[in-house]
Parts: sequence; structure tokens; C-alpha cells
Amino acid sequence: MSYRNLLAGVVLALAVAGPADAAKYADLDHAGSNIFDRASLQRGAAAFANYCMGCHSVKFMRYNRLVRDLGLTENEVEEFLIFGEQEITDYMLSAMSYEDGTDWLGKAPPDLSLTARARSADWIYTFLRSYYLTDEGWNNTVLENPSMPHVMWELQGIQRALKESYTDEFGETRTRLVGFELDRPGKMSVDEYDRLVRDITAFMEYIAEPARLQRERIGVWVMLFLALLTFLSYLLYQEYWRDIKK
Amino acid sequence: MAKPASTFGKNVELVGNWIDERTSFSSFWNKHLAQYYAPKNFNLWYFFGSLSLLVLVNQIVTGIFLTMHYKPDAELAFASIEFIMRDVEWGWLIRYMHSTGASLFFVVVYLHMLRALMYGSYQKPREIVWILGVTIYLVLMAESFMGYVLPWGQMSYWGAQVIISLFGAVPWIGDGLVEWIRGDYLIADATLNRFFALHVVALPLVLLMLVVLHLAALHEVGSNNPDGVEIKQNKDAAGRPRDGIPFHPYYTVKDIFGACFFLLIAAFIIFFWPEFGGYFLKPDNFVEANPLVTPDHIPPVWYFTPFYAILQAVPDKLMGVVLMGASVLILYLVPWLDRSPVKSIRYRSWMSKLALALFCVAFVRLGMLGLSQDSSTFELRLWTFIYFAFFILMPIWTSFEKTKSVPERVTY
Repeated sequence: MSYRNLLAGVVLALAVAGPADAAKYADLDHAGSNIFDRASLQRGAAAFANYCMGCHSVKFMRYNRLVRDLGLTENEVEEFLIFGEQEITDYMLSAMSYEDGTDWLGKAPPDLSLTARARSADWIYTFLRSYYLTDEGWNNTVLENPSMPHVMWELQGIQRALKESYTDEFGETRTRLVGFELDRPGKMSVDEYDRLVRDITAFMEYIAEPARLQRERIGVWVMLFLALLTFLSYLLYQEYWRDIKK
Repeated sequence: MAKPASTFGKNVELVGNWIDERTSFSSFWNKHLAQYYAPKNFNLWYFFGSLSLLVLVNQIVTGIFLTMHYKPDAELAFASIEFIMRDVEWGWLIRYMHSTGASLFFVVVYLHMLRALMYGSYQKPREIVWILGVTIYLVLMAESFMGYVLPWGQMSYWGAQVIISLFGAVPWIGDGLVEWIRGDYLIADATLNRFFALHVVALPLVLLMLVVLHLAALHEVGSNNPDGVEIKQNKDAAGRPRDGIPFHPYYTVKDIFGACFFLLIAAFIIFFWPEFGGYFLKPDNFVEANPLVTPDHIPPVWYFTPFYAILQAVPDKLMGVVLMGASVLILYLVPWLDRSPVKSIRYRSWMSKLALALFCVAFVRLGMLGLSQDSSTFELRLWTFIYFAFFILMPIWTSFEKTKSVPERVTY
């Protein structure tokens, strides 16, 4: 049949041609975060409140949604996640206003509501693990010359860049960064710090799309229902078409 | 109709008769469904017409609900989408049904158009069906482009910037034209407002009217089929086509099955993969529009990329725009470019098959090139050339190729 040949041709051409757009963040580490792991979300929320919300807001989230989605009590949220004068029904706003941020830091810290969707979980995970100290201050391999210092350096310790020299295509000697070395260990081991960052990443994925918890849970039932409906409608079709197909 | 056995059945018939004496409902029903005879040999490709209709209804219904919470205001639009995603009950589902529906609309419409190209469904006497169809496609492009601007993310904003600036290539009046479309000196609140009006009122009205005309024109001449045999030329004593079967119930039940299967796929995307790897919802569009920050790469949504690639293939802006416009408008000429006495590709020679296959590859490959930032100019031009060669050379190979003889009746 001609359409089969046609389809086969198109598929073949695509396979040969390959994807036209190479992956943008090919060198990011895999976050391995899981928003369905409630304990991880809770740990991530606590760390996020402690280390991020001093400067960053989550302007599209209200605190009381955390009660429902993270399985916390209102008291727990008020005690561990809300600092300052805020109510549980408030949006998760940082104490630092946009204007103060601009005044104090030159560039206001961005709102983090949608960062996980705009950047990807792997980006956040790699970013928070890729700070290194230079003579000029903190730098980061994911986001070069970030305005943000390494707020969790006491936990991770101080990394320095490992460089190697190489000869480029024009025969000039250059250096490139090949990894990090831990100059001064922090309060956490490497594994502990990675887990903390993974928890923060999971929490940021969650705040970027809180409905995802609901979405994927309901989705399973929707798929099962539609599969059954498809099967029944197929039987109906076969039954009606019996007199045509004889 | 069978005799109704119960009192309830009798009452239903009474109401039916009462309505029928005052309207032409039953004749409408018969003309378009119960006594509309469709060829009995429809294959897989014939699902995409009814599926397009299904997606259209989905877009209208979910669109109405989105409008209840969306704010067409440059200050509020982005936040109102997030409000829908987080605080409106089932808002995320309505939004994903709409965003996934937009992409799937193009999937089914492209397959529907390919079906017409394969089986010659644009040939005499169906030229007007085809012309209305191409017009629907054009309006759909405008509709989806304006809809894409409404979330007011970075891609919305800068995509609009790129597309609207294309009108600046028009000689003499270009700059004034662009300003007139934007309603401001840059893409701004005024642009968002008018796009909202066009997206939710004007273009849907046009689209619906065109769909009605498309179906009316089709039902006047009757459906083509994979064999390209005119079933009306072989009728029984009662005047019914021997190879035709009533659309209702046969194709309604078949299309219900097709719709269920389609919904299964759509639901998988909506519930488990709504961004579709960045093709349906782009990561950059989760950043609010900012006129001061230009993204490093502004590719259009996937369904426009083939035409965007054609634009990129030409160094001169005006010529690029002309060629891009021509690449769509040339579809209107297909009924007259095709000189073949045979409709279906089944009864044509290897030449038609090769040409159509090359065209498909060119279309898909152009789509991939249009997404990429650094496509090779040679490849862009090669596939653009093949894309146009398909249409321009069509009169030649369709006149010369040796066709097979078409059977009297449909093969089934």
C-alpha cells in the first residue's frame, strides 16, 4: 500500500537526517530528582526557605498550598517555612523587595516560581553544585559570573577549578576547566550535599508546576478509561460493519 | 423508521414530527448523515477530517473557559496564565488541553492535507472543497500565531516581533504597515489586546464559517476515496451508489473509534508530557515577556518551521517573505497543476510516488532546519528547491507518466 511506503520513506529520511537541533545543555548532570518523593520535597522546602527565600520570591505560590501538597500541618509550615510577618494565605514573597534587591545588588534576584520550567531540573542541580572560588570571588561553570554568591558554601565546602592546558586549532596554548577539587571540605559530605541539592531541585520543580502531582496521578486513570472506551468503540465498530464486510 | 413500541417512543416521534413540520431538520440530518453516501473503502487516512473537527471543538470549548480567567493586558497576562495553572480548579487541564490541542490540530490537518495529495481529492469536481480547505489552513495559521502571543512569555513576545517585522519587507508602506499591525512603536499592550480580540472572536468565527462551507461543498460532490473512483457513477435502482454506505451509522461509529484512539494519545501528552520536549510549550515561554532582553534563539513553533526555513533560505528579506508566502499560496493551484487523468496515487506511476515522497521529506526536513539556529544554507536551499519543484514540475510529470487503469468499482 502506497501510504505505508510513504510513511516508511519519511521515517527513514528522519532517521538518516537526525535531530537538527543539538541538545542545548548536553553537559548538565542528571538531577535524578523526584517530585513524588514527599520526604524529599519536605527537605527541599526547608532548605529552600532557609537558603533561597532570603532573597528570592515565589510570587505565584501561596504557603497554604504546601500544607495540602507536601503533607504538612499549618503549624509546621508557619514554624519552619515562613519567616517574618507573613500569613499562611500569603504568596511566598521574600523579605527583600524587588526595589531593595535592585538597589543593594545591582540586579534584583529573580523570582523562582518557574525557573525549573524555564531552565530544567538538571540545570538547577548542576548550577548549585558548580560554584568554585577564584581570586576574584565566586564563579560558576553553568552560569558564568553569577550575581549570586555561593550561599551554601558552608555546606558544600570550597571548590576550586581544576584546569588543564591544551593546544587549540591555531596552535596556541590555552587552559580549560576540566573539573573541581575540594579545597576546603564543608559541613556535608559530597553525597549529603548532592542529596540536599537534589531535594531543592525537586522542590523547585514542584513550585514550577504544583499541578503535576495531581496531573500524573489522574492521568493514569484517564488513560485506563480511554483505553477501555477505545476497546468498546472498536467492538461497536466491528459489530456495525459486519454487514459491510461480508 | 421502525415502529416505536412504547408510549415514550410515540411521544418522541410526535415531538420529532412537530419540529419537522416547522423546520427541515430531518432532511438536514439525512442529507449530511443518514443518507449521505460515503465510499465504503475509506482507510486510516480518512480519520483526520473528523479528527480536525474534534480538535476544533476542543479548542473552542477550552478556549471559552480560558477566556474566563485570562487577562489580555501586558501587565497581567503572564500572571493570569499562572493563576489558571495553579489557582483555577482544573485550570491546568483546560490550559494543557488547549495548548496540546493547538499542536495536534496541525498534526491532523497536515495528515488530512497529505491524504488529499495522495488520493487526488482536489481534482475535478472537488476543487472548491480544496480551496476552502487551504483557506481554513491559512486562517488556522493566523489563529494559532495570535494565540501563541497571548501567554506573553519571551517566545510569545519575540516570536511576534519576528513575524510582524516580516510585513516591514513590503516596499514603500512596510514600516507604516508594521506600526499599524502592532498599534504601537513596539509590540506592546495594544498588540496583545488586538490579538486577543482576533484570536477569540474574529478568526474563530471565520474558521467555523469556512468549516461549514468546506463540509457543504464536500457533501454536494461527495467524498473521494483511496481508489479515486467516483461512486456516484455506479448507482443501484433506488439511486444509491453501489459502493457507498450511509455515513451514519457506519462512519459515525468508525470515527468514534478513531476519536477514542486519538484521545488516548492526546491524553498521554496532556497528562504526562505537556511540554512535549519543548515542542508544544517552549522553556523560554515560562519567562515573562521582556522587551529589553532578546533571547539568543527565537525559533517559531514546530508547525511553522518549514515555512520559516524557506524564509531563511533566501538572503534578501523581501524575496524571502515572497517565497515564504508563495510556499503556502501555491497550494491553491494544485487542482490545476495536476494534469493526471487519474486521481489516486495507487494508479499512477513511480514518478508521482517519488515526487510525493520527496515532497514529504522536504517538508519535514525543512521543518527540522527551521528549528535549528545554524542550518546549512546549502541544505536549506536544496529542500526549498525540492519543495517548489514538486509544484512547478507537477504539470510535466502528471502529463507524461503512464497511469494504470482505474477499476470500475472501489477495491475493498
